[in-house]
Amino acid sequence: MILHELIAFDVLRVIWWLLLGVLLIGFALTDGFDMGVGALLPFVARTDLERRQAINTVGPVWEGNQVWFILGGGAIFAAWPPLYAVSFSGFYLAMFTILAALILRPVGFKYRSKRESPTWRSTWDWALFVGGAVPALLFGVAVGNVLVGVPFHLTPDMMPMYDGPFYAKFLGLLNPFSLLAGVVSLAMLLQHGAAWLALKADGMVATRARRYGPVFGYVAAAGFALAGLWLAVGIDGFRIVGDVVRDGPSNPLLSEVARDQSWLVAYSTRPWIAIAPILGFIGILMAARSLDRASDLAPLLWSKLGIFGVISTVGLTMFPFILPSTVDPNSSLTVWDASSSHLTLFVMLVCAVIFMPLILAYTAWVYRVLWGKVTEDDVADNSESVY
Amino acid sequence: MEIGLVELSRLQFAMTAMYHFLFVPLTLGLSIIVAIMETVYVMTNRPIWRQMTKFWGTLFGINFVLGVATGITMEFQFGMNWSYYSHYVGDIFGAPLAIEGMMAFFLEATFVGLFFFGWDKLSKRGHLTVTWLVAIGSNFSALWILIANGWMQHPVGAVFNPVTMRMEMTSFYEVVFNGVAQAKFVHTVSAGYVTASVFVLGVSSWYLLKGRHIDLAKRSIAIACSFGLASALSVIVLGDESGYDATLNQKMKLAAIEGMWNTEPAPASFTLIGFPDNEARETHYAVHIPAMMGLIGTRSLNTVIPGVNELVAKAEDSIRRGIVAYDGLMQIRAAKGEVSPEVKAKFEENSDDLGYAFLLKRYVDDPRQATEAQIVKAANDTVPLVWPIFWAFRFMVGLGFAFLAVMLYFFYRANWRNMTFPRPALWMAVLIIPTPWIAAELGWFVSEFGRQPWTVDGVLPTALSVSNLTIADLLITLAGFVTFYSVLFVVEMALMLKFIRKGPYMDVAETATWKLKHEHRLSTHDGNVPGANATPAE
Repeated sequence: MILHELIAFDVLRVIWWLLLGVLLIGFALTDGFDMGVGALLPFVARTDLERRQAINTVGPVWEGNQVWFILGGGAIFAAWPPLYAVSFSGFYLAMFTILAALILRPVGFKYRSKRESPTWRSTWDWALFVGGAVPALLFGVAVGNVLVGVPFHLTPDMMPMYDGPFYAKFLGLLNPFSLLAGVVSLAMLLQHGAAWLALKADGMVATRARRYGPVFGYVAAAGFALAGLWLAVGIDGFRIVGDVVRDGPSNPLLSEVARDQSWLVAYSTRPWIAIAPILGFIGILMAARSLDRASDLAPLLWSKLGIFGVISTVGLTMFPFILPSTVDPNSSLTVWDASSSHLTLFVMLVCAVIFMPLILAYTAWVYRVLWGKVTEDDVADNSESVY
Repeated sequence: MEIGLVELSRLQFAMTAMYHFLFVPLTLGLSIIVAIMETVYVMTNRPIWRQMTKFWGTLFGINFVLGVATGITMEFQFGMNWSYYSHYVGDIFGAPLAIEGMMAFFLEATFVGLFFFGWDKLSKRGHLTVTWLVAIGSNFSALWILIANGWMQHPVGAVFNPVTMRMEMTSFYEVVFNGVAQAKFVHTVSAGYVTASVFVLGVSSWYLLKGRHIDLAKRSIAIACSFGLASALSVIVLGDESGYDATLNQKMKLAAIEGMWNTEPAPASFTLIGFPDNEARETHYAVHIPAMMGLIGTRSLNTVIPGVNELVAKAEDSIRRGIVAYDGLMQIRAAKGEVSPEVKAKFEENSDDLGYAFLLKRYVDDPRQATEAQIVKAANDTVPLVWPIFWAFRFMVGLGFAFLAVMLYFFYRANWRNMTFPRPALWMAVLIIPTPWIAAELGWFVSEFGRQPWTVDGVLPTALSVSNLTIADLLITLAGFVTFYSVLFVVEMALMLKFIRKGPYMDVAETATWKLKHEHRLSTHDGNVPGANATPAE
């Protein structure tokens, strides 16, 4: 097959790096409000009917939203196999925790209202709270760890080895900077959930969402600023030493990596990337401001912009690094040496070009069909069929 | 390499995969049955068919959610527990998983919400389209997963790259149109249809026994036994196709299934029952049917099927070639790729058998240092434990034929005995509800246990595929999965039973209005009114 050589290997790698970003952002934008709503549930919705109202705003869409995450995992496996191998095994216990929370959440949505018993329902309310808050926090913690680097090395056979005691696969990830990143992520998604409820719910649920949402927004913005400051003074970034080979074989050990300068050097070599954190701040703060006012749709749109900005900031700051290693910098995974083969990247791109527009189109159609507020009356009237 | 870690990782994978597959077959089949029911509703406009769609749809939903949730575990577990596998074959194996997400899973998951919430928001045809998209999405999902799985059974369209130390794709076409994958797909999907048919048949029979929801139950039985009959036939025919592919591509698995130790002159006999013994390399008390195996396995009278002993001898040759390839790989690595063309040629000539050299890693770090005894031992390792495969296969096939008989019987009673069913038959239909799940799990067991000692046949041994984890890691997650999954299973079963007991939500007024309006065409030529003797829905 010669066709795949139409697109150069390094171009494909950059495209797949962008697509990885698209999937992660897509996940945060859609499943993000599901998690936010779950984590907000005990606070914004007090009575059973209010809780059902909040749950039913996401009821018809959470399944589709979750696929962004599953596809993200699949795309990492297909396009960045070393990243998939190193991160999923290195974050083993953390991944297990996320997995448990992510299993609990769909089951909670589906099963909560299938029985009348208050104990049954309040148990599932807890499940939904944990299933929303824990992944939202841990995804941020994971991103924080990617920025500070992970203690792994690759053997000459390319076997990923995690250097540290087993409990470090969870506790070791909870370092101060990563916890801050976790707080930013959690707060950001809580505001996102509040913005969703402001659009899709009415009555007390929407009122409380508007009241609490901005608080989380301001926490997220402050945390984001603090993390930037921390990166400037307290954490070393990584760089590739010598010539950068962009279309070489995917073997991270072939390049030399040093850890001797701040990540923020990227902002002097590529000043245009400053647009990402600026959008992040604008989005988060405008979402907080517009939640205070009467507008329905604006907070959600601003919140989306904010999330887009924050996630892009991480990717652009680290480029070309994807997962740096603290114990053996040469093992660090970069865009140039941790991808699939030329052919696989091309085949996957063709599939993405065919299916991603279709996915976006029918997802948009589904949201349009479901357009409009979910009220307490809707839930009471269709008590048999809704969640 | 600690053996304990490999065993625990395998246990965890087997457990979570088989648990996941408790929900998948019903999703595959019930999605289609529900879509058929809704199609009838849209064509006839009779409210009963919408009530059926909604009722079976509710049970579908309770099951679907756990299929989705436990599927996430499957996708993550490769990276979590099998990181060397993920690195080594991710270039090929990851692609079908990602495509499954893009092409199939997005489709079913996005539309399943509308299936439940869209009844008032969509036109009849619009909703029917949504239902079919969910069904198609689920089934496409199975296609891509089985393409990935088929590649593990029969790795085609890929080559080893010594610089990146992994398998890389050379032909996407070969990976997708892998005969093993295609045969497995149709066989697995048919098994899902049988599962759902037996489920619908059993639940409906229970209603008939209790004299409840007669209208719904009889119509459901009509659908289930017709769909089930076609599916039971296809699961057997296509299972046979799978067997034929195994003859071509997975000779060791076939020999294990048949408990065939020595190569027999063609056409080989089929061992109906017996007690295979790995130690003695013999099947005790075997009952043979002459020539049967040769006919099924090769569809000819003169093609020889190799026995275990012959295959072990072949594996030994492969190990020796693998050691030559391993030596070439080490030279290429030491020279950072700048080696003489002779070394490179010699490596490439033998690189297909590199995986066999890895079998030695259990006994010696550097396969080149292996002793003769170790090579013999490694060759013997290519024989899976035969008796579980032998028996699991026979139970699966036996159940398959039993389903065919059940479906035939109900099809006959439904079409030629005016939908009357003797009570013992109804009780049997209720009691056999769990059996298709047993057959499906046995099928997976034969396929995956029979693949041992490889994760990817002839390419990567299982013992080498695991992550660099500790026993403590595995014990924590294993305990977590067992507890968590057990609780979910109990909850799921309780909800299923609750909603089956509760029965369909019948809009009595709606049904009555409809009957009044269409009375003139309800009576048939012999004056019978279908459903006239039915007890009114509560």
